[in-house]
Amino acid sequence: MTTETTTITNKMTTRNVDVFYGEKQAINGVSIDIDMENVTAFIGPSGCGKSTFLRTMNRMNDTIPSCRVTGEITLDGEDIYAPSMDVVQLRARVGMVFQKPNPFPKSIYDNIAYGPRIHGLASGKEELDRIVEKSLQRAGLWAEVKDRLNESGTALSGGQQQRLCIARAIAVDPEVILMDEPCSALDPIATAKIEELIHELRGKYAIVIVTHNMQQAARVSQRTAFFHLGTMVEYGDTSEMFTNPQEERTRDYITGRYG
Amino acid sequence: MTGPAILLLLLGLGLISWIFGRAKANRFITAGSKNLNSLPNYHGWYTALWAIVPALIFITIWSSVSPALVTDSVLANPAAAELTDNGFKRGAILSEARSIANNPGQKAFNPEAEQLAPLYAKAQSYYDIVGTLAVILLCFAGAAYAFIRIRPDFRARKRVEQVVMIVLLVASLIAIVATIGIVASLIFESARFFGMISPIDFFFGTEWNPKNTSVAGDGEDFGAIPLFWGTIFIGAIIAMVIAIPFGLMSAVYLTQYARPSFRKWMKPILEVLAGVPTVVYGYFAALTVAPALRDFAAAIGISNATSESALAAGLVMGVMIIPFVSSMADDSIAAVPSSMRDGSLAMGATKSETIKKVLIPAALPGVVGGVLLAVSRAIGETMIVVMAAGLAANLTANPFASVTTVTTQIVQLLTGDSDFNSPKVLAAFALGLTLFIVTLLLNLVALHIVKRYREAYE
Repeated sequence: MTTETTTITNKMTTRNVDVFYGEKQAINGVSIDIDMENVTAFIGPSGCGKSTFLRTMNRMNDTIPSCRVTGEITLDGEDIYAPSMDVVQLRARVGMVFQKPNPFPKSIYDNIAYGPRIHGLASGKEELDRIVEKSLQRAGLWAEVKDRLNESGTALSGGQQQRLCIARAIAVDPEVILMDEPCSALDPIATAKIEELIHELRGKYAIVIVTHNMQQAARVSQRTAFFHLGTMVEYGDTSEMFTNPQEERTRDYITGRYG
Repeated sequence: MTGPAILLLLLGLGLISWIFGRAKANRFITAGSKNLNSLPNYHGWYTALWAIVPALIFITIWSSVSPALVTDSVLANPAAAELTDNGFKRGAILSEARSIANNPGQKAFNPEAEQLAPLYAKAQSYYDIVGTLAVILLCFAGAAYAFIRIRPDFRARKRVEQVVMIVLLVASLIAIVATIGIVASLIFESARFFGMISPIDFFFGTEWNPKNTSVAGDGEDFGAIPLFWGTIFIGAIIAMVIAIPFGLMSAVYLTQYARPSFRKWMKPILEVLAGVPTVVYGYFAALTVAPALRDFAAAIGISNATSESALAAGLVMGVMIIPFVSSMADDSIAAVPSSMRDGSLAMGATKSETIKKVLIPAALPGVVGGVLLAVSRAIGETMIVVMAAGLAANLTANPFASVTTVTTQIVQLLTGDSDFNSPKVLAAFALGLTLFIVTLLLNLVALHIVKRYREAYE
């Protein structure tokens, strides 16, 4: 594990995180630091626990009753599993984009305005309009939808729906955005647009992306963590990881030996 | 031979032909060739079906034809020659003779019947033997025909499966055919009613006071508006005011908040409640709720409160419908993809915000469909309103007053001994037809909405 990140501020840190589904252990002792400046990718074969781990970072695993997390996960030094942590506020600070685009069956405008409304971020209609426009612009969707904000979000194409979901996450002005295989349901052109968007968002938000597509990890991320069978095998700079992996298992996975 | 004995015999012969057919097919396998088209079982079934089905068809036809043959042969006997020509009396004597022939020792009312009884018995036993022999013959012939056709390349499986398909088709048609028959009789009797009473008087009149009369004409007594209003007031307004909020809230609790162990108990209990006979709810409405409401109304100063009130019937009907609405809403909410819920929660929405702003709007079409189905059930519901709503056809919006409904009046019109040709009795069919059409339309619309909604998430 490389640790030359002293000059960079860590946004989120995890220490010895274990995740259990009932009796079954899904994640074993993962320690990782996420920073603002870099995009971090989690790669690994299916079922290695990378998505499970991602969901612990904004406590979305709370919705699964049998799921239990031990260890420490902090956001700006605050333990997010501490009793004093409000999960609603946590999720407003750590947004999430899912594998399958999941726009609400509402208008495009209402989809974006959903978060700002429930968190009371806009004091009036004009401010809300501004937030919606800004979020759509950041997600690179404004030009395509500005004339049809009242149409249903579910009427958009798959790629547009996913960018709508990213815009929706941006709208509450989070600090971290977690992306769970955001391109796995999209075609190559839509995927390219999302990747481009991730580049543009880099630096504004701490971004963590789970992907099973190694080329994608190489394209969009600066830091990569390789997961295998519930443990984090290796974590380091993406360029380093793909050219000179330290671990045997990482090399085998990257060269296509399994996965 | 009696009916059951023949059926048993047929079953036995069928079993034997199954064994033989299967055995023959099996021999082809043991001969070493693997070219048997169908499994030996199918050949067995094929033989058995050929043994049983033609014989069964014959029995069905024979049982409807043979009584006539028996009667004809009795009449052909010289002893019956001097029977009266009066068709009615003749029929009575013949049927008495048949009854004596079947139950020896019975006392005869008509002396002629006594004479004819032995003739009857003889003719019956003769045709009985003929029929039994024919059945057995058909059975053997069918089995033999099928048995001869069994060869390795014979497609027995296809034949058997065709028969199975035909059986399934007939089963599915029975309900439809019965419904068509019911509707036809409703339409026929309604047409007779509208021949006596103008449809305009019926559908738009406000006086409902049917008298037991066979005199056509006075359409003013058959204005059904008070009944339609009472039905809507109880079934679609009062009952739904109770059932929709409580049903919806119960569904939200069960799908979103309840622990799985509680849900595991609660859902079946709710579904069992939906199956409680409505007469039980009727007791509750008539004996408990209605008097309590009357006392309450009297206490708050409503003088004309009766013990039969729209409110009592509507309240209890609403309670009865709650499990139904809850179950439909439960299904709709559960059908909303969990990615929708996760999306909202990941935005930092609380559980209740997610339910209010995402889940219920997304489930709304399904919920509306469910509510329409519930309304259609409520307006067709009979027992509670018969017991609790009363018979007075009042056109009133006072929930403490007694109102009557379409179903109550149908029961009222058809019970008691009235002349079947009177408009009073026929009015029941017109009411029934109206109710049938309205509930049918409601169901169609509701199912359409529910279906469209399901497609939206697939």
